[in-house]
Amino acid sequence: MNNDTLIPYIGVVTDIRQDTPDVKTFRVVSPEGGKVFEHMPGQCAMLSIPGVGEAMFSITSSPTNKEFMEFSIKKCGCLTTWLHAMDVGQQITIRGPYGNAFPVETDLKGKDLLFIAGGIGLAPLRSVINYVRDNRANYGDVQVIYGSRSMDDLVDYKEIIDEWMADAGIQVNLTIDNPQEGWDGHVGFVPNYVKELNPSTSKTVLVCGPPIMIKFTLAGLKELGFTETQVYTTMELRMKCGVGKCGRCNIGNKYVCKDGPVFRFDQLGELPDEY
Amino acid sequence: MLKISLDKLDKLFEAISASQTLYIPTDREDGAAEYKKYESGMKLSNNLNTLRSAKDFFFPQTENLVDFKMEGKNIEVIDVREESEDFVIFGVRACDARSFTVLDKVFLTEPVDSYYKNRRDHGTVVTMACTRPAETCFCGTFGIDAAAPEGDAACYSDGENLFIEAHNEKGQKFIDSVAALLEEGDTAKLDAVREKTREILKKLPLANLTTDNFGGDKLNEYFNSEKWGELSQSCLGCGTCTFVCPTCQCYDIKDFNTGHGIKRFRCWDSCMYSDFTKMAHGNPRLTQLERFRQRFMHKLVYFPANNNGEFGCVGCGRCLSKCPISMNIVKVMKALEVK
Repeated sequence: MNNDTLIPYIGVVTDIRQDTPDVKTFRVVSPEGGKVFEHMPGQCAMLSIPGVGEAMFSITSSPTNKEFMEFSIKKCGCLTTWLHAMDVGQQITIRGPYGNAFPVETDLKGKDLLFIAGGIGLAPLRSVINYVRDNRANYGDVQVIYGSRSMDDLVDYKEIIDEWMADAGIQVNLTIDNPQEGWDGHVGFVPNYVKELNPSTSKTVLVCGPPIMIKFTLAGLKELGFTETQVYTTMELRMKCGVGKCGRCNIGNKYVCKDGPVFRFDQLGELPDEY
Repeated sequence: MLKISLDKLDKLFEAISASQTLYIPTDREDGAAEYKKYESGMKLSNNLNTLRSAKDFFFPQTENLVDFKMEGKNIEVIDVREESEDFVIFGVRACDARSFTVLDKVFLTEPVDSYYKNRRDHGTVVTMACTRPAETCFCGTFGIDAAAPEGDAACYSDGENLFIEAHNEKGQKFIDSVAALLEEGDTAKLDAVREKTREILKKLPLANLTTDNFGGDKLNEYFNSEKWGELSQSCLGCGTCTFVCPTCQCYDIKDFNTGHGIKRFRCWDSCMYSDFTKMAHGNPRLTQLERFRQRFMHKLVYFPANNNGEFGCVGCGRCLSKCPISMNIVKVMKALEVK
């Protein structure tokens, strides 16, 4: 019988990084070494601990990384609590890749890019940011605006400081919600910071974060003169199969697992407001 | 057309079951019909339809997808799939036969569901034309002719004889396997019976129900309709409609620890249940209104949008007779309809 996408592969967790008090980043390789499968930025994978649960997570590493995949996961439910408690060397099951990707090889090519992320919302965008950094000549200006509740809640802070901020090819603007000792950067919510920075409307925007952040960010972008056709986001709903058959992640006739998770706002606007 | 005398049906069933597993609708003690594996002496039900739909044959209520063995930090994945045996489902009504083509659109679309396909490949569907459609029937609304059902092969009764014809290679193979029992018969009486059935179909209370005002392009007309509140108000969220529905195919995946390992199961689920879309951070379908709306929007708008206009309902009428609060798709269509 042919392989079935519902039958998972094995992945080995080879590194666990405590990113924030409630976010860990897990490095996963196949038991034979190397990646379990290839993906494009924005795609997702179903991770599971048999007997505990299975859920969809965005692949936060860039496909240009040829050695491993990474997943930044916030502790917020049964499975994620289990994942946070595991040690290096633990095997998990993994299947995918699922969903579409950000159009890095088509619509985004040659464009000035603006990434806007809030909290754990950086996870899916990190894949694109690093893909763009590794294929720098294919894209125009790159700016990242990223905010979190506090300094401690900035995911991938070390990579941001050590690599992104040191990279002359991209501009990084960080913000945190409230003042904090040891922080001399910007303080304030992401949507307001975006308005303050007043980015050029020539940019194509990729935004991900809590729903309320996305909502106000989009409103702010519109005030600045951006149109919905130049703003992309990535969605998340409950999923079981990952291939548009189990029937629960639909928004109207679109399945987030299969037709998404990446949507452009004008496409999302045609769908019912049920997410 | 080839035929067999109705009083020789036992012989036909014996012949089929000699070479493969045969399922026929048969009456339970309480009078309701259900599909059972044929055993000698079992009688074909005279009921119009089975209590449960025939979807179980291809999409069972629960099935084991894969097993896992956990040892320390290691996991072993065990593929439990086996090639299905050949089987025949005999006596499937036109509505249920069409439901298989609806399910095919979900499970046989890439990536193909190998569990479903395995059973579909090995199952032969032999349908039975209806002669006494009921007041709850509205298969005609979806272009189904109860007097001429689809399926790999179809049977028609004229009260004395059972006529049988193949619709495809699989059906022909089935007929060939029992050819010794069949003989050419005159269909004059059968033609009269079918004519009578079509007369009944025309006079059914739901005969004029149409899908003209539904379809993939009707999202905006119906999603924000004020009618959903009233329609869903009494819905208990019991899921009976999805359980008896031949086209409902939403499923859940759950693990079960046997003590010797983990078994992963697929089970029917229902969009009518409150935890269907519940996530750690909230639920996009918070009240029964959203869940109720999802079920009907899926059948009448979303499914046709994704499947060239085909609807996710076959008019079998089971939800009409089984809903504890007497709500059903017909009432929803009539209440919503914007002409």
